[in-house]
Amino acid sequence: MPEPDPQGVSLLRLAHVSKRFGGVQALDDIAFDVRPGEVLCLAGENGCGKSTLIKVISGVHRPEPGAVMEWDGRDISGLTPSEARALGIQVIWQDQALFPEMSVAENIAFERNLGARPRLVDRKSMRAEAAAVLARLGVDIPLSMPVGRLSIANRQLVAIARALVAEARLVFMDEPTASLSQRETDALIAIVHRLSAQGIAVVFVSHRLKEVLEICTRVTVLRDGRLVGTYPTAGMTQARLTELMTGASFDYAPRPETRPAAPLLELRGLTRHGEYHDIDLTIAPGEIVGLTGRLGSGRTELALSLFGMTRPDAGTIMWQGQPLRMRHNRDAIRMGIAYVSEDRLSLGLVQPQSIADNTVVTVLDRVLGRLGLISPARKSGLVRDWLTQLRVKIGQPTDAVSTLSGGNQQRVVLAKWLATAPKLLILDSPTVGVDVGARAGIFAIVDELARQGLAILLISDEAPEVFFNADRILHMREGRLIEEFTPARSTLAELEEAVHA
Amino acid sequence: MPEILRSVGATERWLMVVIVVICLGLSLATDTFLTLVNLFDLLNYSAVNLIFAAGLLVVLIAGGIDISFAVAASVVQYLVVTILMQIGGGNWAIGLLLAGLIGFSLGAINAALIYHFRLVSIVVTIATFNLFFGLLMFFTGGVSIYALPGWLSRRIILFEHETASGWAEITLPVLVMVVMLAATWFMLRRLNLGRQLFAMGDNPEGARRLGINLGAMHYLAYGWLGLCAGIAGLMQVHYAREVVPNALYGRELEVLAAVVLGGARLGGGRGTLLGAVLGLALVSITQNGLNLLGVSPFAFRMIVGLIILIAISMSSETLRGLTEGLRRRRIREAQS
Ligand SMILES: Nc1ncnc2c1ncn2[C@@H]1O[C@H](COP(=O)(O)OP(=O)(O)OP(=O)(O)O)[C@@H](O)[C@H]1O
Ligand SMILES: [Mg+2]
Repeated sequence: MPEPDPQGVSLLRLAHVSKRFGGVQALDDIAFDVRPGEVLCLAGENGCGKSTLIKVISGVHRPEPGAVMEWDGRDISGLTPSEARALGIQVIWQDQALFPEMSVAENIAFERNLGARPRLVDRKSMRAEAAAVLARLGVDIPLSMPVGRLSIANRQLVAIARALVAEARLVFMDEPTASLSQRETDALIAIVHRLSAQGIAVVFVSHRLKEVLEICTRVTVLRDGRLVGTYPTAGMTQARLTELMTGASFDYAPRPETRPAAPLLELRGLTRHGEYHDIDLTIAPGEIVGLTGRLGSGRTELALSLFGMTRPDAGTIMWQGQPLRMRHNRDAIRMGIAYVSEDRLSLGLVQPQSIADNTVVTVLDRVLGRLGLISPARKSGLVRDWLTQLRVKIGQPTDAVSTLSGGNQQRVVLAKWLATAPKLLILDSPTVGVDVGARAGIFAIVDELARQGLAILLISDEAPEVFFNADRILHMREGRLIEEFTPARSTLAELEEAVHA
Repeated sequence: MPEILRSVGATERWLMVVIVVICLGLSLATDTFLTLVNLFDLLNYSAVNLIFAAGLLVVLIAGGIDISFAVAASVVQYLVVTILMQIGGGNWAIGLLLAGLIGFSLGAINAALIYHFRLVSIVVTIATFNLFFGLLMFFTGGVSIYALPGWLSRRIILFEHETASGWAEITLPVLVMVVMLAATWFMLRRLNLGRQLFAMGDNPEGARRLGINLGAMHYLAYGWLGLCAGIAGLMQVHYAREVVPNALYGRELEVLAAVVLGGARLGGGRGTLLGAVLGLALVSITQNGLNLLGVSPFAFRMIVGLIILIAISMSSETLRGLTEGLRRRRIREAQS
């Protein structure tokens, strides 16, 4: 039912917007409106159609016939990406649409290069413009560095900067905070408020519900491509929002304390100069060890060494009581170590390949039939098992991974590694961009895996995530382990205070 | 490091070093290499390939590939000379215009097939390569044309100098080459359209979402290569003073190898004109040197293959990896 707009207060108003991709109904009769200068959230589980809705509004996808789209009361159905930008609609894409070979400055100010008429490139003003926007964001990124060599967080900031260069009236931010640290997130939120004070409307997508409730005045909830409703955030709780998004409610409690068995993995004085120092750590089968700390504290670097991707300079790694030396990550995989990476979009998946091929790539030897050829029957069996266990919402296993929503891509990466039947599973920020329902699903699986005797190292910068899902929590700062917590004997507030101190 | 070298990429610097080493070696091993006559000959001969290389670079940067350009140039040669003879000879302006126009149209055929039918560029251009060459051989029956308009077969010398070993000359193709290289550089680096080509090659989906007209960019890239190929074809007729239907057959791989050697990435988004020029210079100098040393021309192919393998394995990434590794080791030594 389209919301009536008698006073004409909406900047953007949509009604009856639907979108199908082959067999997937990504959007089904959506009504949506944005008011000038407001901060609105778009919430919903993975694959519910948030990114698709943004693509329709920005002209990337054309909605099915019958859609109503109005901008300032004018009909804008059938708009193209450049027309959308001319209206002042800017998007910070979830799968960053940056140009990795180009410099930071050129990426930010690329707008100046657009248009079909030949024009001279004005590098000086581009640099000045980029520098100004970055200064407004309060970040310092070298302007001539190619974007492909930046960290993911910095790439995200470049994407944000690009959207702010143009005269925007409506900025969509599709999970802009997924890969930002707390400090960068705070800076971003300040920017969002500043934009809104200038009369620029912001539509914010995030799976961190706390954030959603903090910064938005209204929240539009989608479920399975359908509109659930638009609600004011005043008086809304995380639990209520979760219920609206998933149609179910969840509750959390720390894991009961257990007595660990003999360690599977033991680190003694492990050091890699400039990355981590003097790390002592043990993990036993069936144990979930949380590793938390700020972005850049050395967590990922440590994980890479445990997975054989880099070599420590000093210290020993003991595996089932034996010293372990790894030359490549192949050695790690052979020992039964699996690593779900932080940077799933670029490291974890082969985007254009099918979901099925991505899932079995780690276990090709187990889908071989007679003659050593890949057996399609075994392959689809294995794929189906894991995809149903992880509740991945897909059309066909043969579709390309790039057609999946962000959160569902993450689940495919997990399926890929679980298929190797590992002894030690390293999960590096496994729920970045994953919705509440699916987070619960992923941790239910992790719990089940631990019960079956897997050792799990869970890396996350979200304190509640490690608090409610790990047996022990190690706090890392500047490359060193500085504290240990046992959730059963401490409180979440204590942990959060320690990490953010 | 001098300022001018700092803005030059690692691949280009590496190529410069290799070229200098080879030139030094050849100067010592032969007494003919380092003569003005030989060097100018080399330049006159390479002008055509350099024009091809500039055009091909544009297509590679845009994320495509084209192997039909050399036979397209042969088609242009044949058509232009036939038309010129029909209209009674013409002149340089008409000749260049016709060559550019026909070349552009042939490139546009590739662009249309690749963009509108969403076909893979390598497959399309293998097809048009065979199509162009087949049609050319069919209509000419493989017969060469020797009757050219007078202005076209008269050699135009821009600069000459008498040396002990004879006259050293620079001819028209060199000037045309310089103009085409400058135009290509200007488009790629100084015009917004060039930046859009880079963007499309780097991240096509990102380019589409910014509203870059991908269709127009395809016509620009393949059309530009076609234009370069047409003009290079005319220059080759001027240089050789004849139209031989299969004279340029096989050039495409030589030029492609040289441009990739110069750091252009297959897949798009990366490549410099300086790199392409140096890549081509390396291949041409090697060929010239082997020739002077009296080595069999078959050995040349083999050596070009080797150079490319070495160059690709020593690409800028590998070099960066090596220096990183050395730096880390030094830090470790300093700390222990
Ligand atoms: N180009 C496409 N081809 C086929 N299916 C698609 C395409 N784009 C999206 N989909 C499907 O449409 C549905 C909605 O996807 P969308 O990306 O909008 O989800 P989302 O709400 O943004 O999820 P997330 O929170 O995980 O990012 C998903 O089932 C997805 O697989
Ligand atoms: Mg999304």
